[in-house]
Amino acid sequence: MRMLISILAGSLFGTGLLISGMTDTTKVLGWLDVFGNWDPTLAFVMGGAIIPMLFAWRLTTNRQPLTGGHFPPKSTPEMNRRLILGSTLFGMGWGLAGLCPGPALASLSYGGIGGVIFLIAMIAGMVAAPSVGAQLDRSANPA
Amino acid sequence: MQTEWILGLGGGLLIGLGAAIYLLGNGRIMGASGILGGLIDGSDRSLERLGFLAGLIGMPLLLRPLISPATETHLTGNITIVIVAGLLVGLGTRIANGCTSGHGVCGISRLSFRGIAATLVYIAAGGVTVALLRHVWGLI
Repeated sequence: MRMLISILAGSLFGTGLLISGMTDTTKVLGWLDVFGNWDPTLAFVMGGAIIPMLFAWRLTTNRQPLTGGHFPPKSTPEMNRRLILGSTLFGMGWGLAGLCPGPALASLSYGGIGGVIFLIAMIAGMVAAPSVGAQLDRSANPA
Repeated sequence: MQTEWILGLGGGLLIGLGAAIYLLGNGRIMGASGILGGLIDGSDRSLERLGFLAGLIGMPLLLRPLISPATETHLTGNITIVIVAGLLVGLGTRIANGCTSGHGVCGISRLSFRGIAATLVYIAAGGVTVALLRHVWGLI
């Protein structure tokens, strides 16, 4: 059951990314290009995606997931270095190529060799993240 | 232009529906970087994550021939930029513990402070990057 739900969710995610045009880096870079020919499409995609999730979060109160277990606890409202610095690095990479993790995966079958190279580099970055993150923590609290 | 907005909204609704099914069904946050990252660092190598990726990669593969005009990613041909961008996206999303789907779609809809803060930061960083590279240095 959990497997079926995962495949269904992934399929809907991939279909939505393809239909919405979010695997087209021109649209994503156009959204970020506020000083150029600004493209608001991404705001419609984000808005559309938030609507079902508003209802979904409401349904989680005093309930359990269908397959049992618990819903993820809400994070404490704190801004830390990792959140800010990590999101800054992510935003810089996003602005360079116009790809974030979801669309990079969804477009794997039609993104050409460039898309494959991006995915390999992204995985390399994910492998390096724990040690870079620890380095950030150390520089924040020098012994 | 307006067709693109409607397709954006429709595609967005499908993304949100996927996230809602994943949350209500499996009790998990649908975050692309977290699902892939957990498989890579070994924190969660459950088969269901592979199933999620199979759907995410496989469904566009099946659907693309049906959708016209054929979609293109228009990714830059500058391989250096592609590699640097990939490294930054992989590093940043794992250090910040989320990307556009986890912090963005799932975080904002929960009114999560961290999700909203992260989203504002990565959009601002992306906007500055595009402004510098496109309008100041003319690289992209």
